[in-house]
Amino acid sequence: MALSGLQIYKLLPKTNCKDCGYPTCLAFAMKLAAKQASLDDCPHVSAEAKEALSAASAPPIRLVKVGTGAREFQVGNETVMFRHEKTFFHHPGLALRVKDTEDAGAVAEKVKMVNDYSVERVGIEMTFNAIAIENASGDPGTYADAVKAVRSQTALPFVLMSDDVDALKAALDVEGDHKPVLYAATVDNWEAMAGLAKGKQVSLAVRSQDGLDELADLATKLGDAGVEALVLDPGSRDLGESLAQVTQLRRLALKKNLRLLGHPIIAFAGEVADTEEGEIVATTQFIAKYAGIIVMDRFDPAVAYPLLTLRLNIYTDPQKPISVDPGIYDFNNPTADSPLMTTTNFSLTYFSVAGELDGSGIPSWLLICDAEGMSVLTAWAAGKFDAETIAKAVKTFNAGDKLSHKKIILPGHVAVLSGELEEELPGWEILVGPREAVDLPAYLKQL
Amino acid sequence: MPVTVEIPKERWTGSIREVTLGATAEQGGTRAKTVTVGGETTLPFLHFEGEMPHTPIVGIEVQDSYPADWSPVLLAAWGDVLNDPAAWAKKAEEIGADVIMLKVRGADADGNATSPEQAAAVIQSVLQATGLPIIVRGPGQAELDNKLLVAVAEAAPGERLALGLCEDKNYRTIVAAALAHDHLVVASSPIDVNLAKQLNILISDMRLPLERVLMDPTTGALGYGIEYSYSVMERLRVAALTGDGMTQQPMVCFVGEESWRQKESRTAEGVPAEWGDIEKRGITWEIATATALLESGADIVVLRHPETVDVVHETISKLMAH
Ligand code: SF4
Repeated sequence: MALSGLQIYKLLPKTNCKDCGYPTCLAFAMKLAAKQASLDDCPHVSAEAKEALSAASAPPIRLVKVGTGAREFQVGNETVMFRHEKTFFHHPGLALRVKDTEDAGAVAEKVKMVNDYSVERVGIEMTFNAIAIENASGDPGTYADAVKAVRSQTALPFVLMSDDVDALKAALDVEGDHKPVLYAATVDNWEAMAGLAKGKQVSLAVRSQDGLDELADLATKLGDAGVEALVLDPGSRDLGESLAQVTQLRRLALKKNLRLLGHPIIAFAGEVADTEEGEIVATTQFIAKYAGIIVMDRFDPAVAYPLLTLRLNIYTDPQKPISVDPGIYDFNNPTADSPLMTTTNFSLTYFSVAGELDGSGIPSWLLICDAEGMSVLTAWAAGKFDAETIAKAVKTFNAGDKLSHKKIILPGHVAVLSGELEEELPGWEILVGPREAVDLPAYLKQL
Repeated sequence: MPVTVEIPKERWTGSIREVTLGATAEQGGTRAKTVTVGGETTLPFLHFEGEMPHTPIVGIEVQDSYPADWSPVLLAAWGDVLNDPAAWAKKAEEIGADVIMLKVRGADADGNATSPEQAAAVIQSVLQATGLPIIVRGPGQAELDNKLLVAVAEAAPGERLALGLCEDKNYRTIVAAALAHDHLVVASSPIDVNLAKQLNILISDMRLPLERVLMDPTTGALGYGIEYSYSVMERLRVAALTGDGMTQQPMVCFVGEESWRQKESRTAEGVPAEWGDIEKRGITWEIATATALLESGADIVVLRHPETVDVVHETISKLMAH
């Protein structure tokens, strides 16, 4: 829990020596409480005070690292209930589950698909993050073989799933130090699981079969046993109950400062649903609502692409405008005779239009106006994309100099601006293009 | 020692207004049934701390003329009924719509402008074809909307249609039509908490009871600004539950329209292989958009694909069970 200035003051030397640069220890304590100073600035602080203060400033939801190397990912360390309060920080890791009872060839195929899958959106490469391997056979030897085989096929981090400590131990022996997540400690096996996780320095998931009380109880025991990096499975496989549980966990961590439940959450979308559509719904919910790792049972690019897009959207920093630089962009080596279009500098708008222009093969110019990073309709409604803005951009970027004609194509959504723009740009002909970027190639062809 | 975790509950002081769409014969309309949304005293589906007395509902979009610009996936899924708004509405009711959202396009596929008389005729034929309550939207250009929606309002007095879009540019006309002919309005604002509030204030200043106002905070689809809609809706809902009276309207999201606009839901050829099958991709686009917006506070999601309708119905019933 964050400490108040006075609480911090009690831990300081109280000598007012000014070495920290502040006139008194109390003044320094106040700055610390406001997070405007660092404890390191006081050279005289005791070791105990340091520990107490760093524990108090630890994030309410612990950061957990999964895997090693280039595919390592981090989850947790979230600080808000709603993204508009600040932002969500760490994308939930998406994992595909395979089982050690499946045909090895089929597993290899799935692993390859997930391993190789990468799709670009607004200049960002989006990928799946992990493979979950379940010990469905119940046999440690079979399981270790399966884990070893998958490891030879991918560098993706693993979630190793078994309630049998021996199976996980056998798997860890072949997995080496790739830092998987062990799933899961339960009321029945937690002591042995704690020993294994601690010995191998890996994070441990804990599964409750009976709600948050049992989860808290287990988390306490595991903490006492010295396991630091936990991942929580509150246990429900019901869509609505899961929503309640993950919301309660996030609230307990953030609002009640309940450290023992301040860990990332693992969710099983494939277990919440028995259809592919149901799995899409569950994954959507877990992306929006608070999961750190989401395990799916199906993989299809047509589903992966929308879900990865959703993750990117929800985890976008709401404070950061997403825009491109205003200016004139060219496509397919345009000449002075090529058409000129205009739109706003909202990056999505730009990328949609640019994608179409580029793909059409038709040489063209695109004038990007400074509409404060808003889309066409939003900017227009807010008065940021009007005739004046467009005329100003035409002049600022000397659009006329590049052209042998004086024609400019407006987005169809702002056809109403034609008249005013004619007045603002004497001598120019104002054309109205389609409303949607996707219809641009057809429009340009018939021009 | 067993641990007991105290479940953290918010003590909300506000609630969402209940809004009823449609009117039965007894109530001065011709609807077979009415449907009520709103009434929540907690965030979406958090039954452990408050009530959701009315289940969120699914609308299906019907247009007054053939939607030649729709995704081929949608055209194939609906087939011939797309040529006849009455048959289309009937089919929509059959496959599980709770309300119909009739969109009057303003012009047919050949570019012939829609007259107010035509708009009046189409609402009458749709009213006859279905017993469900109806949301009616114009083409989305304030002046044309005024002309067509006033004709629609006049042609269906007492039906408690929800007329939209009612924006800051044209709310006077639309609200006056709703008052004169006993309808509701869909108050639409561009992804902004204060603009949404402001419009509700202007509408209630005209004496339209807020029990007849739905709020459209503007839907952004997945990949196209969904995060803005998602957060504005969460902010509106939190404000409403905290007691801000001008944000307590049930919210409607035009999910189908936004989800099926873009390349991702319309283009099969010449796109990256990583995008996968067009049909599954398009439907997933709509399912994910609808689900995320329901979780951020939508009371009505208006959809386009029949398969999405099934999935969203099932999702809602799972989330309402407790
Ligand atoms: S350096 Fe430490 S002891 Fe000296 S005034 Fe600052 S806080 Fe107090």
